[in-house]
Amino acid sequence: MKGHRNLLLIVAVALLTALPLWQIQRPEAGPDGKVAAIFTGADEKAKALVGEIAPTYRPWFEPLMEPASGEVAALLFALQAAIGAGFIGYYLGVSLTREKMQRAAKEKAATDDTPC
Amino acid sequence: MHIMEGFLPIEHAVGWTLAAAPFVIGGLRAVRRRIDERPEQRMLLGVAAAFTFVLSALKLPSLTGSCSHPTGIGLGAILFGPLIMAPIGGVVLLFQALLLAHGGLTTLGANLFSMAVVGPFAAAAVFRLARRLKVSLAVGVFLAASLADLMTYITTSLQLAWAFPDPVGGFAASFVKFAGVFALTQIPLAISEGLLTVVIFNALARFNPQELQQMKVTEPSELRA
Repeated sequence: MKGHRNLLLIVAVALLTALPLWQIQRPEAGPDGKVAAIFTGADEKAKALVGEIAPTYRPWFEPLMEPASGEVAALLFALQAAIGAGFIGYYLGVSLTREKMQRAAKEKAATDDTPC
Repeated sequence: MHIMEGFLPIEHAVGWTLAAAPFVIGGLRAVRRRIDERPEQRMLLGVAAAFTFVLSALKLPSLTGSCSHPTGIGLGAILFGPLIMAPIGGVVLLFQALLLAHGGLTTLGANLFSMAVVGPFAAAAVFRLARRLKVSLAVGVFLAASLADLMTYITTSLQLAWAFPDPVGGFAASFVKFAGVFALTQIPLAISEGLLTVVIFNALARFNPQELQQMKVTEPSELRA
């Protein structure tokens, strides 16, 4: 029952994530043949908005190191997610095994107690 | 919610760094004290950190046509209290600022304040209120995590509006613009974050009923192993 509910929650998240991909239409190409990008990062949009509100503002510090390409950035993001997910998976696995062993020990103790 | 490197005037950058620093220092002390007192909770603390790592790496599409990411801060704030999440959020932000050019060192203070201070304090406050109002555990966790996520992005919008007021409409007009980029995009993502936090919370509650009770997160009657 609990597992069932978690499954439903995960399906809901998947739907919430997929819905925009299906809802948002790719805009038509402009007269110059360029198509406006969609699903860019909100951080980048905010950066552009700063440029609109304060056109004279110049960032005064540059990142020390930038990923060589979008692919390299994707690699690092994947690494970040993998480290996190790996640890959570390990922890749940340990917990599951611990519970099984506790249950087995309890059963063993119960059978040992009953006189034959 | 990352304010990009160099995109805050220097006095704002310094101000936010000073504002966030005491929380990080206090949080580090709280982590050490917790591990000394209850070494068995070390793994659970790792899970809270790992959850933040995963969620803040996931850039999800939103109905506004932009992508943004959840923060994963709510879970740890519910389990361990808000202060402990400041250094944990700091690790994630530092990783992204140094290796990914996502966020930055000059904006680390401001980003820390929104994600690792306002977020966790909002989560803890909402969770406590929900508990007091006798809302079910799952709904409480959902509300705490999703509202914390949203509050983080509202804070980022406020920070940017303060640094870059609109030449015509001033602070308020600028806030509306930045909130249009951040907070609006974040609404479906905040819902996703809330749901995912309930999923992981269910799993933790299933395996650690005694620990969660000790941490005063749940009532005895709510947990059946």
